[in-house]
Amino acid sequence: MKPYEFDYELDIAWCPGCGNFQIRNSIVNALRELEIDPTNLVLSSGIGQAAKMPQYINTNYFNGLHGRGMPVAVAVKSANPELTVIAEGGDGDMYGEGGNHFIHNIRRNPNIVHIVHNNMVYGLTKGQASPTSQLDFITPVQVNGVRNKPFNPLAVAISLGATFVARAFSGDPEQTTKIIKQAIEHDGYALVDIFHPCVTFNKINNFKWFKDNTYYLDEDYDRSNVKQALDKALDIEKYALGVLYQKEGDASFENQLHVYEEDKTPIIKRTRNIKDVQALLKAF
Amino acid sequence: MLQSLTFVLSGQAGQGLATIEKLLSQAIKNDYYVFSTQEVMSRVRGGNNTVEIRVSSQPVDAYKHTIDMLFLLNDHSFYRLHDRINEDTVIFGERAFIDEDVLEKAGSRFSELKLNDLASEAGSVLYSNTVLFGFISGLLDLDTEAGEAPIRKKFQSKSEKIIENNINAFHKGYQLGKAYERKISIEKTDIIRDHRIISGTEAIGIGALAGGVNYIASYPMSPGTGVLQYLAQKGNDFDVIVEQAEDEIAAINMSIGAWYAGARSLVTTSGGGFALMEEGVSLAGITESPSVIHIAQRPGPGTGLPTRTEQADLNLVVYSGHGEFPRIVLAPGSVEDGVLLTQKAFYLADKYQVPVFVLTDQYYVDSNFSIPPLELSEKYLESFIVETTPDYLRYKVTDNGLSPRGIPGFGQGLVKVDSDEHDERGSITEDFNVRVTMNDKRLSKEDRILEEYIEPELIGPKDYKKLIISWGSTYGVLKEAVQSTDQKDLAYLHIKEVFPLHTMIRDYIDQADSVAIFEINATSQLANLIKLHLDRDIQNRIVKYNGTPFSIEEIDAKIKEVF
Repeated sequence: MKPYEFDYELDIAWCPGCGNFQIRNSIVNALRELEIDPTNLVLSSGIGQAAKMPQYINTNYFNGLHGRGMPVAVAVKSANPELTVIAEGGDGDMYGEGGNHFIHNIRRNPNIVHIVHNNMVYGLTKGQASPTSQLDFITPVQVNGVRNKPFNPLAVAISLGATFVARAFSGDPEQTTKIIKQAIEHDGYALVDIFHPCVTFNKINNFKWFKDNTYYLDEDYDRSNVKQALDKALDIEKYALGVLYQKEGDASFENQLHVYEEDKTPIIKRTRNIKDVQALLKAF
Repeated sequence: MLQSLTFVLSGQAGQGLATIEKLLSQAIKNDYYVFSTQEVMSRVRGGNNTVEIRVSSQPVDAYKHTIDMLFLLNDHSFYRLHDRINEDTVIFGERAFIDEDVLEKAGSRFSELKLNDLASEAGSVLYSNTVLFGFISGLLDLDTEAGEAPIRKKFQSKSEKIIENNINAFHKGYQLGKAYERKISIEKTDIIRDHRIISGTEAIGIGALAGGVNYIASYPMSPGTGVLQYLAQKGNDFDVIVEQAEDEIAAINMSIGAWYAGARSLVTTSGGGFALMEEGVSLAGITESPSVIHIAQRPGPGTGLPTRTEQADLNLVVYSGHGEFPRIVLAPGSVEDGVLLTQKAFYLADKYQVPVFVLTDQYYVDSNFSIPPLELSEKYLESFIVETTPDYLRYKVTDNGLSPRGIPGFGQGLVKVDSDEHDERGSITEDFNVRVTMNDKRLSKEDRILEEYIEPELIGPKDYKKLIISWGSTYGVLKEAVQSTDQKDLAYLHIKEVFPLHTMIRDYIDQADSVAIFEINATSQLANLIKLHLDRDIQNRIVKYNGTPFSIEEIDAKIKEVF
């Protein structure tokens, strides 16, 4: 049995043809190619169809609350930096409900991968607008069409100083795997926003739409140029795919913690000496 | 009521009242028992804040309303205190700070004390607090070295000149205080010399360290913030990761994530912040994640009275989070309780994989108490984490309801945790039978928890006929009242584990002919829980909810009225 596979049959809750299947394969392929042991990986997710991903990858996971995949992931990584940690969820989960965590964890720069399935619609709650839904998109709630401007996660991330910002398209598993691998290897916060069609609730932004409205960045694109990256992110006439921005050398959240300055031993492997606490009490 | 001397220092925010409170308590502790508490307005500058310092030759842990010696540090604080002075009160300060009508009505004595002038003589008006510190030290005939040492410690980073000036200022005050003709009837004691003065906040922080805390993520909210700051100050020495979360929701989820990875984590907040964490409590419930949550209560609803005290969040904590799952609520009364219960909270959380609350309040965290020498046990640092095997099941159904808890990366197994209803593996399920099995498994832990119930503390005669019950920070005042009452058949029961309630509490109630419960809330929340869970109706429910603690005078009067 290959790593990340199950020895029993799964009852998968995704619709046939859902982009999530391809995203799953891309993640698993990236993990295998990087030879990451499933026992040393943690997937942290919230709620939604995308957030069910950990159920279908055989590894450690914390499938928590809607919007809260990030705080859990950051805590796991800082409590035990020896683990590889991926926070995963959909556009509503991560950019809507979890929006505050998205913003502030970019500022923290934890060494985790943040995978966001972006299909511009709510799936699990059946077809309402998501933060990334396009203007005029009609839903059972937004009956007159979406009026709120779509959230631009990449532009937000770049402007807040994210150190790795990428966009992928589920319809191209090979490139998606490549991007995820780079995100895992990046030392710091890595956002991978993945376009994918929702075959049931989004008939506008379908496979063909994503194909027609995206392009890959050139081979010679300079990913270290933040202004250019922001321009690319703000350009929504046609969406750039690939790694828009990467900054290497910024210390990660964990590495800046005082507890790891001199000693890299995860805090969970250290022990408290009660005598030290006793001394503290005596010192008053 | 104990023989005691009550000093009150009244000034405005920014005048350094908290600093002088600490200095004085430390110095007084060498010769007397001392308790201090502060009441502050929700502002950074101005307003009127007071510090009460109560001195006695016997253990004293209670707030007293009537002031023996009042020190006015500015001119607009006097009117707020008119109902706390009488003909036995001496008021010190500048003549201009006094309202003569109020003084005359109360019959108090006024004694002019020009702190600013004295401070200027010592080098700067900035030393006026040090002059006052010296004055009170002189009044109490404290050893001058006991005053000089904390000054040197406090100003150790300053120049030698500043230290010298402060010591001069101290002596100026000291000589005046010592010369003051006074009738101080309390005797010195040296029993307290090896005691330590700590605040409720520090007690919770030390308890957390003794319980193995190595992770704290919290969002500031008065009066719970002190514990975050205390652990931040100790974090570098004790290997604690301290992170100010972006909001309370992040804080509780980070905390649960840290426990999942194998850390021992704490969150600290107040009622409003905790309300935001409730979904996280429910998450801890279904994922069977340990968690320790400190809540320093303040009056609500909404923003309420941010800097005042109340015990009105017991129901919030007991019923927090959707769904049904066990939890433990501990409520310290003394500072020993604060250390020992917080320490034990981590142990209980780890052992039973449930949320454990440490419920305090503003009065408790912001007061300074003396704590006798305490031997901390290593027992509560015991970890219940297991090394996983390839066939590891996070939610294995066992005889005692407890599934051995593994962590990712420790062993060959996988640790799958799910907020959806799940099977033994931790995989999502909608199987009704599995649902019932898992719900039963979680709820059955309450029986295990009760087997290790933290016994209440009984003060007074074992063969009592009358019983007072309370929980949390009302401990000190009720203890003093019961110990000094002439009603020899009256005892006091302080409940430390307020949820779940053990039937032993019912036995205590049944022994008494009459029972009264004292709570700092409007609806007698603990009395209602006792009625619901132990089927005992306590008729005498004494409540207070104006934002201030019970005073010893109020308690004495109520005891006379009820019994």
